[in-house]
Amino acid sequence: MGSWRLYAAVAAGGFRRYATYRAATVAGVFTNTVFGVILVYTYLALWDQKPHLGGYDQAQAVTYVWLGQCLYATLAIQGGGAEKDLMERIRTGEIAVDLYRPADLQLWWLAGDVGRALFQMLGRGVIPFVFGAVFFPMALPTDVAPWAAFTVTLLLAAVVSFAIRYLAALSVFWLMDGMGVNQALMVTGIFFSGMVLPLNAFPGTLGEVVRVLPWAAQIQMPADVLMGETDPLGAFAFQAAWAVALLAAGRLMQSAATRRVVVQGG
Amino acid sequence: MWVRSSMTYRASFVVTVLGNLTVTGLDFVGILLMFSQVDSLGGWSLPEVAFLYGLSVTSFGIADLAFGSMDVLGARMRDGSFDTLLVRPAPVLAQVGADRFALRRLGRITQGAVVLGWALVSVDVDWSAAKVLLVPVMVVSGAAIFSAVFVAGAAFQIYAQDAAEVQNAFTYGGTTLLQYPPTVFGKDLVRGATFMVPLAFVNWVPAAHVLGRPYPIGLPGWAAFASPLVAVVCCVLAGLAWRTGLRSYRSTGS
Repeated sequence: MGSWRLYAAVAAGGFRRYATYRAATVAGVFTNTVFGVILVYTYLALWDQKPHLGGYDQAQAVTYVWLGQCLYATLAIQGGGAEKDLMERIRTGEIAVDLYRPADLQLWWLAGDVGRALFQMLGRGVIPFVFGAVFFPMALPTDVAPWAAFTVTLLLAAVVSFAIRYLAALSVFWLMDGMGVNQALMVTGIFFSGMVLPLNAFPGTLGEVVRVLPWAAQIQMPADVLMGETDPLGAFAFQAAWAVALLAAGRLMQSAATRRVVVQGG
Repeated sequence: MWVRSSMTYRASFVVTVLGNLTVTGLDFVGILLMFSQVDSLGGWSLPEVAFLYGLSVTSFGIADLAFGSMDVLGARMRDGSFDTLLVRPAPVLAQVGADRFALRRLGRITQGAVVLGWALVSVDVDWSAAKVLLVPVMVVSGAAIFSAVFVAGAAFQIYAQDAAEVQNAFTYGGTTLLQYPPTVFGKDLVRGATFMVPLAFVNWVPAAHVLGRPYPIGLPGWAAFASPLVAVVCCVLAGLAWRTGLRSYRSTGS
């Protein structure tokens, strides 16, 4: 029981830490709104040419864009969440201190990242989304049920997102520097999460492949659940399966790293 | 120094360069994905959009190589290390530009140039001497306009110390905007990108002349050749903003 309180406190810390950067939050809201506007126009031009692309109508495509802008920072789609600090601690050797703490390393960082995600969503995600809903036609449900299911997919998406970034961060134990991995996170995150184009609009085999990768759990699943395009239980199962698999892989890698890697620093 | 430091972890550097090429290349993959579903976007064909894309990304890449480090300015001011730059006997702007100078940014220029090259041979254009000359003029003027946006953004950061991301809206947002035809966007957005932040002169307006398309928002014919002039005005204004910003800078004094 006591450990739950500990992780809740870590999560609250993550939330508060990001809440201190007020100007950065305002700047982020502005940037996400600008990008949302640019993307919405290109999507509208695209859906104008090909209505019902990927099974979406225009309003659904617009909704998808603004959801993407809302979740961009929340799910750290291009990186920049807890993994950034973790990499730095591994690089400098400070990780040795963390390993001595009477807490689980993975859960500790997960809790902090969930706190961060919650703040990014409330502080940075909601306003661009509301802006989109006010100025563009969107396809939003009026019942409570889809919104409730959407909330669950968001939580699962946050865990999957963390699990991917945790694996990437642990690779620094071997690579010693996180710059290249960060780039890789950025590429895969933006492309496979569907920030470029909804994954269900990807053509042919490429589309089939990207829709089963873990990144599909991040924007595509929440969007489809919110707009009633997929069965919520199937979406939960898909997300949860990836969350468990990736977290387990993280555990394995973590024990391998702590067993045989020499920590840097004097 | 920054070049050497990035070479220290060699495996990581290789991954970084490859990653950088892919990151920037993905924008174009996105456009290709769109064109896998349709034949035209806003009435423009793939080679025409590639022409816009190549111009925008190459210009932006050059500006980014020189001034892309501007976004660390806010952090430098917060931790007080910006003061160090002020007392050194070298122009502050040059120092900020060289700060964390990243060779990996060559990836973007390369990628933009490759797409531009492909577009040049694929577009259906009746080339004249003026049109041929206009292409390098666009790249250089475009780089200058984007550089001005970077410097103006840096000046703004002196006031708003924690708002590096606002700059991203104009720099990264600007280059993204220009990768698509102006016909895709609302009239007000195009007007804003012409008269407020004159990004339209990086490619939209001169490219419309080369491709023989109507100018955005009914600009006069000579506007296609106005890019260098617009670039000079932008650079002067950005320079003034930077100097004013520097004068008003107050150290965090911790």
